[in-house]
Amino acid sequence: MDFNKIRKDFKILERKVYNRPLVYLDNAATTQKPQVVIDRIVTYYENENANIHRGVHYLSQISTVAFEAVREKVMTFLNAANNFEIIFTRGTTESINLVATSFGERFLNAGDTVLLTQMEHHSNIVPWQMACKRKNAFVKFIPIDEAGNLLLADLDKLLDDQVKILALTHLSNALGTINPIKEIIAKAHQKNIPVLIDGAQAVAHMKVDVQDLDCDFYCFSGHKLYAPMGIGVLYGKEKWLNEMPPYQGGGEMIKTVSLTEGTTYNDLPFKFEAGTPNVSDVMGLDAAIDYVNNIGLDTIGKYENDLLAYATQKLATIKGLKFIGTASQKASVLSFIIEGIHPYDIGSILDKLGIAVRTGHHCAQPVMDRYGISGTVRASFAFYNTKEEVDTLFNAINTAVGMLL
Amino acid sequence: MSIQEIENQIIEEFEQIEDWMERYNYIIELANGLPLIDENYKTKQYLISGCQSQVWLFASYENGKVIYKADSDAIITKGIVALLIRVLSNQTPDDIINAKLDFVDKIGLKEHLSPTRSNGLVSMINQMKLYALALKQSLSK
Repeated sequence: MDFNKIRKDFKILERKVYNRPLVYLDNAATTQKPQVVIDRIVTYYENENANIHRGVHYLSQISTVAFEAVREKVMTFLNAANNFEIIFTRGTTESINLVATSFGERFLNAGDTVLLTQMEHHSNIVPWQMACKRKNAFVKFIPIDEAGNLLLADLDKLLDDQVKILALTHLSNALGTINPIKEIIAKAHQKNIPVLIDGAQAVAHMKVDVQDLDCDFYCFSGHKLYAPMGIGVLYGKEKWLNEMPPYQGGGEMIKTVSLTEGTTYNDLPFKFEAGTPNVSDVMGLDAAIDYVNNIGLDTIGKYENDLLAYATQKLATIKGLKFIGTASQKASVLSFIIEGIHPYDIGSILDKLGIAVRTGHHCAQPVMDRYGISGTVRASFAFYNTKEEVDTLFNAINTAVGMLL
Repeated sequence: MSIQEIENQIIEEFEQIEDWMERYNYIIELANGLPLIDENYKTKQYLISGCQSQVWLFASYENGKVIYKADSDAIITKGIVALLIRVLSNQTPDDIINAKLDFVDKIGLKEHLSPTRSNGLVSMINQMKLYALALKQSLSK
């Protein structure tokens, strides 16, 4: 695979910032979009745009067919059993809010536990805290060790009779840790505890097979998979989704509406898709999935792992640099701090050198608290990043250290 | 010197430095000139909330003028705070409250005051003006 040629599909990577070439290393925050994804959205609005599902006219029909075809494609992408187990949402955050609210409404009772982990993104913490507050239930968490692995020795004990659901990340956005979710899910299922997986970071870096994982829910965001912002997916096993009450009410998710006789709800998946969907960005997601599949997630994964290893090895030579997140199974994310320097200062100088990284707590304050730090500098790689860019990052960090120490 | 005069002075200083890295070196130097807040006041009460870099601010009143002292745990933030205090400290409450602080944009540091929550500078400027207003009102009683 010629990854240099692939870069040309992403026009934004050719731009300059502060008169320097952009080195975009903030892919965990959002990914750049290949031209085909941008073009697909434009052609949708230029040739096909219409509201879907209820229309009788031609444009409405072709849009509906195209939309439902993407649902099939996502089903295949995740290897889900049924297309009606694929719900389109705004993103991972909305997907998790949907489950926390709806599953919480139906299954959480006073005194119950929602089990999370110490490495979760706020979007996989706060919705559960809110749901627990409503039902007088509690949030507990599986702790992590110094390297950023889950302390699974505690898992059996933590999976007790009070736990109604376990929610955890597939790939940590702050640490880069890949969790052994298949084993964890199996353990949880031994105690009849369903599991929600936050796949926001994972889907762009590895193949995901929800049947093989046997997870009960899996969520991801389009914009971290080279697709537009504003579109995401919730996969849920039929048996759970059927038992869960609707999340948002409105058009599309109903069968009949009456002001006097009450309202009846639609079947899956529409029960959970109120209002006009984000059709154009679903088309963008379709183009992104095709683009990624054309390269192959195995190929992508291998290239990115090599790049991460190269970056880790290079940055390790910088005096005073300490990695946060050193699990043996990692992908894409390289978080670090430098002794005596605030991450914000490093990020500001890297910025002026054209390098886009993220600094701070990365929406994972519990992780930062665990390490007793205010934040890290995080570089996160995608398949369009190069060894040269890693070299630029390395030199820039050294420049910043020279200025700041 | 008036606030406007100090701002113009700062704009001139920065105009002479073309390279971004040199500007940041200058800001880092300026951090050393920040009138430091007393360690006793580096408490939650004097902490300006911002997402990443922390800023502590203390204000007092002398001869009709507001005097500020501050500190930050990030050097670049500290340097920008030093600039803001250079402009606003030792001025009357009215002048402080009405200051538009265009100079930050003019020296190309506007993003440090953007609402991305990555530092406490926007909150700090608001707090500086609030202190000025409060001191003014407590004295007019």
